[in-house]
Amino acid sequence: MARNRIKRRKTKLSDKSKEVELSQATGLAVVKSDAVKDPGIEPHRIRMTDKSPKHEKNAARQVALLFTLSMLGSAFALWAYFAFPINEDLITVRENTMYLGIGITLGLLGIGIGAIHWAKTLMPDQEVAEDRHPISSPEDKRAAAIEVINLANQESGFTRRKLIRRTLYGALALFPLPGIIIFGDLGPNPGNSLRHTAWKAGTRLARDPFGTPIKASDVTIGSVYHVVPEGLVPGTEGYLEEKAKAAVLLVRVEPDKLIEKPERKNWSYQGIVAYSKICTHVGCPVALYEQHTHHLLCPCHQSTFDLVDGCKVIFGPAARPLPQLPIYVDDEGYLRAQSDFHEPVGPSFWDRSVKSE
Amino acid sequence: MQKLKKKLNGLRRSPRSIVVVLFAGLIVVGSGYTAVSAAVSPDRQTNYSADQVEYGKKLFLSNCASCHGKNAEGTANGPSLIGVGAASVDFQVSTGRMPGAASGPQLQVKPVQFTEEEITAMAAFVASLGVGPSIPDEAYLQANGNPTKGGELFRINCAMCHNAAGAGGALTEGKFAPSLDHSSPKVIYEAMVTGPQNMPVFNDANISPEEKNDIITYLVYLRNSASVGGEELGGLGPVAEGLVAWFGLLGIIIAITIWLGAKSN
Amino acid sequence: MSNATAKQKKNGFLAGTANYVDERLGVAGVLKEFGRKVFPDHWSFMLGEVALYSFLVLLLSGTFLTFFFQPSMTEVVYDGVYAPLKGAHMSIAYASSLDITFEVRGGLLMRQVHHWSALLFVAAAGLHMLRVFFTGAFRKPREMNWVVGFVLFILGMGAGFTGYSLPDDLLSGNGLRIIDGMIKGIPFIGVWISSLLFGGEFPGTEIVGRLYSLHIMLIPALILVFLAIHLVMLVLHKHTHYSGAGRKDTNVVGYPLMPVYVAKAGGFFFIVFGVIMLISSFFTINPIWNYGGYDPSPVSAGTQPDWYIGWLDGALRLAPTGMEFMIGDVTVSMNILIPLAVSLIFLALVAVYPFIENWITGDKREHHVLDRPRNAPVRTAIGAAGVTFYAILWAGASTDLIATQFRMSLNQVLTAMQISLIVLPIVAFIVTKRICLALQRKDREIALHGRETGRIVRLPHGEYIEVHEPLDKYDLYKLVDFKDYQPTLARPNAAGKITVRARIRAALSKFYFKDRVSPVTQAEIDEAMHHAEEIEQQVQKAIELTK
Repeated sequence: MARNRIKRRKTKLSDKSKEVELSQATGLAVVKSDAVKDPGIEPHRIRMTDKSPKHEKNAARQVALLFTLSMLGSAFALWAYFAFPINEDLITVRENTMYLGIGITLGLLGIGIGAIHWAKTLMPDQEVAEDRHPISSPEDKRAAAIEVINLANQESGFTRRKLIRRTLYGALALFPLPGIIIFGDLGPNPGNSLRHTAWKAGTRLARDPFGTPIKASDVTIGSVYHVVPEGLVPGTEGYLEEKAKAAVLLVRVEPDKLIEKPERKNWSYQGIVAYSKICTHVGCPVALYEQHTHHLLCPCHQSTFDLVDGCKVIFGPAARPLPQLPIYVDDEGYLRAQSDFHEPVGPSFWDRSVKSE
Repeated sequence: MQKLKKKLNGLRRSPRSIVVVLFAGLIVVGSGYTAVSAAVSPDRQTNYSADQVEYGKKLFLSNCASCHGKNAEGTANGPSLIGVGAASVDFQVSTGRMPGAASGPQLQVKPVQFTEEEITAMAAFVASLGVGPSIPDEAYLQANGNPTKGGELFRINCAMCHNAAGAGGALTEGKFAPSLDHSSPKVIYEAMVTGPQNMPVFNDANISPEEKNDIITYLVYLRNSASVGGEELGGLGPVAEGLVAWFGLLGIIIAITIWLGAKSN
Repeated sequence: MSNATAKQKKNGFLAGTANYVDERLGVAGVLKEFGRKVFPDHWSFMLGEVALYSFLVLLLSGTFLTFFFQPSMTEVVYDGVYAPLKGAHMSIAYASSLDITFEVRGGLLMRQVHHWSALLFVAAAGLHMLRVFFTGAFRKPREMNWVVGFVLFILGMGAGFTGYSLPDDLLSGNGLRIIDGMIKGIPFIGVWISSLLFGGEFPGTEIVGRLYSLHIMLIPALILVFLAIHLVMLVLHKHTHYSGAGRKDTNVVGYPLMPVYVAKAGGFFFIVFGVIMLISSFFTINPIWNYGGYDPSPVSAGTQPDWYIGWLDGALRLAPTGMEFMIGDVTVSMNILIPLAVSLIFLALVAVYPFIENWITGDKREHHVLDRPRNAPVRTAIGAAGVTFYAILWAGASTDLIATQFRMSLNQVLTAMQISLIVLPIVAFIVTKRICLALQRKDREIALHGRETGRIVRLPHGEYIEVHEPLDKYDLYKLVDFKDYQPTLARPNAAGKITVRARIRAALSKFYFKDRVSPVTQAEIDEAMHHAEEIEQQVQKAIELTK
């Protein structure tokens, strides 16, 4: 495609009246020939500290004062470290933190403000100009560099020897790959881990986190229980990993408010329903339950689920309803799971709907 | 001696003795039941007097019946109060939420409009309408429980709405869970046990009275403990911190850079 | 030889040291070359320094923390001084963070210094990038330095995220949960990557240790490498300077490195460190003791990441409902993939912008004089649109806090933001461009006719005029010294064909430059001066008559 002609001009570094292009194309730039002339650097304005010895002395004293304040601050910090020991009373932590911090702050700001004040008031503030050299190297150096490269090419035969070059590329492309593959044992084959939770047929529903079982009669209308499978308490093997899939919300609503699919009618008990607490968006706990609206709200990205209608999504970025845990009541009145969830809980993944082995 | 025996025999056989026996029986059974049920539902308030109930009814009719119905059966503007218990009344009225003001997504805390005596009377009236949560026993409002257990329970049951530091949080459609910084132990307990508005109910079978005391202990600890890091920025987390970093920290530093680059006098 | 030694003894310790070093390293040449190097002095040039110095503070405070923090996820029962966690189960990482806070003198202070300076590092880097963008400092020869800076910004975000996830508290743990959920949604390989990253099922016992390696070793090393490249290029190219009298593309005007710049820049390090220390002494940041150790069941209202990750969280929140579909048996989670794609495209556009603008203008000259933003209206407007887009995504991460603080409905806030995300950047573009052009016309007015003085004079024939004061030549030059570009026509190539590429380029250059205000030329000024002189004569006459 046509480009604007490259204007090749000799680079001139001296200050001439005409704007000098540095041997490159100007592209779409409009270069006016009668642009306003550069009047040169503004004359220097003399500071008070340059004119008046009294001001200069004052400024010097101020700088010294600032440096002295810094010394005092640092000394104070050293003292405060020992003067404010910490014990179980939290106020001691506050005091130590604050006084140590104040001391160090003074120690630092004293130097900083002092140094800058020194530079501004006492060091020369006359602006100077320094020439720039064009970044690109002069022609002769470029030619010499190209010569060097050409020589290296010739002597190695890199361009000429196609077989060597191509097999070299192949070797260089492949050698890093083992370095990547050895990270393979960072984690195990995920297998079916996402498809099963700690819930089994007959597992009792228990209170989170202390693990006490729950009776159906305890779950009154408007109640919400945060539930874990019985036996999953702090200290058990894989506690957090299992809880991250098995956490459940248990709620009781008026039975006539429940809209249930026919195949799920026996998953609830007299208005008591159990749903997975793990959001189907990206996995935060969907923990907010609004008693009157029957909505479940996830605090991370505000996905909202309608509890009485199969926890379907009514707002927010989630796309799938929360999985329901089928429950029943045993002879003693305790709530138990009929089985594991009928689908993987939590965030979606690629082969989620593929039937597991 | 013989005369006394004869008198007692006479008394024993008189019809009035039945009253005595019945009364004695009631006392025995009543106090025995109280002793036993104190273990089961210890937050049972002492009974209200008939005067209180009557006074409460008068207050109810003049202040509440327009929305809650003459017999507290509920109308389109307010739910039924039958079975909500004294605790609900005490919570709603002592925090000023009731009498309810203009409609909106949620009742707001307002200046309290009734004296303690009046609130107790109204509570007595509502309690007389049906069994419901009663005003909690002082023993569970002492904040002398286990703060660690309380903290764990708080984070699992409460923090998702009220924030881990009790600063409050958003619900849907303009509703919100308020900050707990200024709520008394009694009010906190009552809220848990009655589930006001969209807050769920945390009955005593779910979170026992001791556990409720633990939660209250935790919240009171948070409220009273020294803030070790300094100004807490409302407990609102990274959003507040980010704003302070941009406008406070970076702002101060930019102000200094402008001073730094300016020409001296 | 003896002469030389005698001379050293005369000049004292400093000279002796310098001589010692020079005889072994030959540094005199370097000192001569760089000692009086000129650096321009404008406050907006210091933003990069703020980022640099806060990084140094991060290194210092971070080193302290590494002596006390233990990156292990082994479960332990807390037995420290903080009463509401005594007896609670938690990871060693969380417990050691609590120990640093409550039982190490200066521990809490250093934690707060570290976290505040992390927020400052990314904020300053971001503001620095914006300054570079709006002044066109990314133009040749600095395009590659722009990319290096972009990489530094991304590394800063990564360092921050890995860092605040280390204490394994509830807030940052939920952040990791979100990341895991997003990773699981990646097609084909998502579940595998999740298992590799976490060493099995979430949360596992590996992640804190791995993030620790990234946070204290790999990412800081990369930052240092890219920082070195960034600074070397800065020295090589010399710093840019704003337009003004005496400032050209062929020189750099400012102060010599030694002593003025060393004093100012050196002092500035202490200022940045001092201000961070000041804030850290008085303002709590990341109160991990309130959150508790990570557990997948509890969650706090107001769960947000640190500010620089906010825009990504906002992107997730603003995705509309139900954006997931099945292709046969497999699940395609567009509610995750689209926010990811939008973020990556946005970042890619930021990274390559210099090359796009270079292609459109075809300007191959070196540029060392900065543009005032108003003099590049479309670039500035694009920047404003980009900032607006980023800001709305960022605000989208705090919808629940906006709702509670301003008593609004969460749902309405979100819907408003979804609409704003599309509409407001366009509005910002249009408004900004018009403002820039208007400011340019105003500059033109002032350059030609001078400043309005507010003095009204009535001429003898009845006309009222306002007296204008012409600018002095230094101020004038500032207003007229800027680059002007014009749109190009699509030209046929050597084969006589107008390629699609050429057409696109022509269309874009028209988009950029069709509305423009040219700088005032000398001829225009002469004419305006002539006219002004005539009026001045009339004014003088009028004043005479009133005497």
